Amino acid sequence: MISMTVARFWRMIPNRYNLIGTQCTNCGQYYFPPRKICPTCRRDGKIEEYKFKGKGEVVTYTVIHTPAKGYDQQTPYNIAIIKLDEGTSLTGQVICDPKEIQIGMKVRSVFRKLGEESERGMIYYGTKFVPE
Amino acid sequence: MRDVAIIGVGCTKFGELWDRSFRDIFVEAGVSSLEDAGIQGEDIGGIYVGNMSGGRFVEQEHIGSLIADYSGLASTLHVPATRVEAACASGGLALRQAIFAIASGYNDIVVAAGAEKMTDVSPDIATDALAAAADREWEGIVGATFPGLYAMIARLHMHTYGTTSEQLASVSVKNHHNGTMNPIAQFRNEITIDTVLNSSMVADPLHMFDCSPISDGASSVVLTTADAAKKYTDTPVYIKATALACDTISLHDRPDITTLGATVEAGKRAYRMAGLTSKNIDLVEVHDCFTIAEICAIEDLGFFKKGEGGRATYDGETAIDAQIPINPSGGLKTCGHPVGATGIKQAVEITEQLRGTAGKRQVDGAEVGMTHNVGGTGGTAVVHIFSRNR
Ligand SMILES: [Zn+2]
Repeated sequence: MISMTVARFWRMIPNRYNLIGTQCTNCGQYYFPPRKICPTCRRDGKIEEYKFKGKGEVVTYTVIHTPAKGYDQQTPYNIAIIKLDEGTSLTGQVICDPKEIQIGMKVRSVFRKLGEESERGMIYYGTKFVPE
Repeated sequence: MRDVAIIGVGCTKFGELWDRSFRDIFVEAGVSSLEDAGIQGEDIGGIYVGNMSGGRFVEQEHIGSLIADYSGLASTLHVPATRVEAACASGGLALRQAIFAIASGYNDIVVAAGAEKMTDVSPDIATDALAAAADREWEGIVGATFPGLYAMIARLHMHTYGTTSEQLASVSVKNHHNGTMNPIAQFRNEITIDTVLNSSMVADPLHMFDCSPISDGASSVVLTTADAAKKYTDTPVYIKATALACDTISLHDRPDITTLGATVEAGKRAYRMAGLTSKNIDLVEVHDCFTIAEICAIEDLGFFKKGEGGRATYDGETAIDAQIPINPSGGLKTCGHPVGATGIKQAVEITEQLRGTAGKRQVDGAEVGMTHNVGGTGGTAVVHIFSRNR
């Protein structure tokens, strides 16, 4: 697990907290996580920052029983691939009863605690999703 | 380009090798492949070694030097050794680099090896090291585990095609059966569908018995030109194709989560290079890091229509004596999955099969075999085609 106190985590905070990605205004495609090169237009692309509206739907999901490091206290938890309304997809937690989550479910983003680093007791935050 | 052939193979037993070090295992595999080929250290033009994470698993980088050194090939011969890394596909990629070295004319004899020692650290460190095969910043950080990512492939496959947990389990049951006949396998016991379904849930819908284990192991093959091969062995195995394809490192960036685009493309490139189709292949070693991975692989490589892989496996169509034997070795599930070694072990198995020396798990009349080695959730796929005929 990368340390959440290092620059690698903190420098992406605007993106993690506020779902800021990019858009290629040449072809219209949105990217989250942000990309600096559009795979369609490559060097002809024009990349601009874009703040996602945070609404989307569950493409697929799993309920994690053997947790990732730092997530022990939340187990079991739902992880999903969420297709945002803008057309790009990301991986994130969906906060709801594991029995409720399903493919096609509409969700919206919320700002939440992601996990914690047990050694330092550091809590780190980011975007999760809740049912609409 | 020169044609290339395998003239020697070697493999350690795979498993939890508590009493053996990283150095012990690669030396054992390497030496047995040299003995099998009947060559000396002086003959070796170079070594390519697949190793995913020496840094995390044994806190050792600079694996090329270490391997050349402890194989007795560094201090006087100064044999060049190159470490190759593509997560779980490191071994397949090492084989590919070794093939290039021979095909190009740069070297005449090259060793392609793979080694990983995963049980010298606690299982949670090993699991976290494996998670580095996925996108750490945008999959790992939000709590997605490696089994969790494959579980999402499985969930959507079930939703889209009606694949069932029983069909997933049947992959594991078949591979356990094959593993009982493989002396190097970590697990050599028969299981039933209920064994899988009653094992603990790791990431829904994947149970513990849907997942390959954490293992130690090393494997090695010796390559030379097809022209020279018969000088060393009566039964060379010829490389008909090597293909590599990359895809997005994150699962969520793929247009169809149930299709590994890298596998599809590497398969097509390999078929084209060999001038063959899936109908010409007699047996395949696929990358079954999870049961769903085998189902996707046999579909994406063209052996079954998309969505049919689970049903076909459940119906026995991938057994050793069936139409297309998949993972006669027992696969990653039962041989174990020492990540860097897996891609080479697949080539060792195909070589044994095409030589006709695979013992009880021998596929009758095996002429053409394929290996399929995947890194991460499909960011890398390496496919090779082998034949007993030039
Ligand atoms: Zn563009």
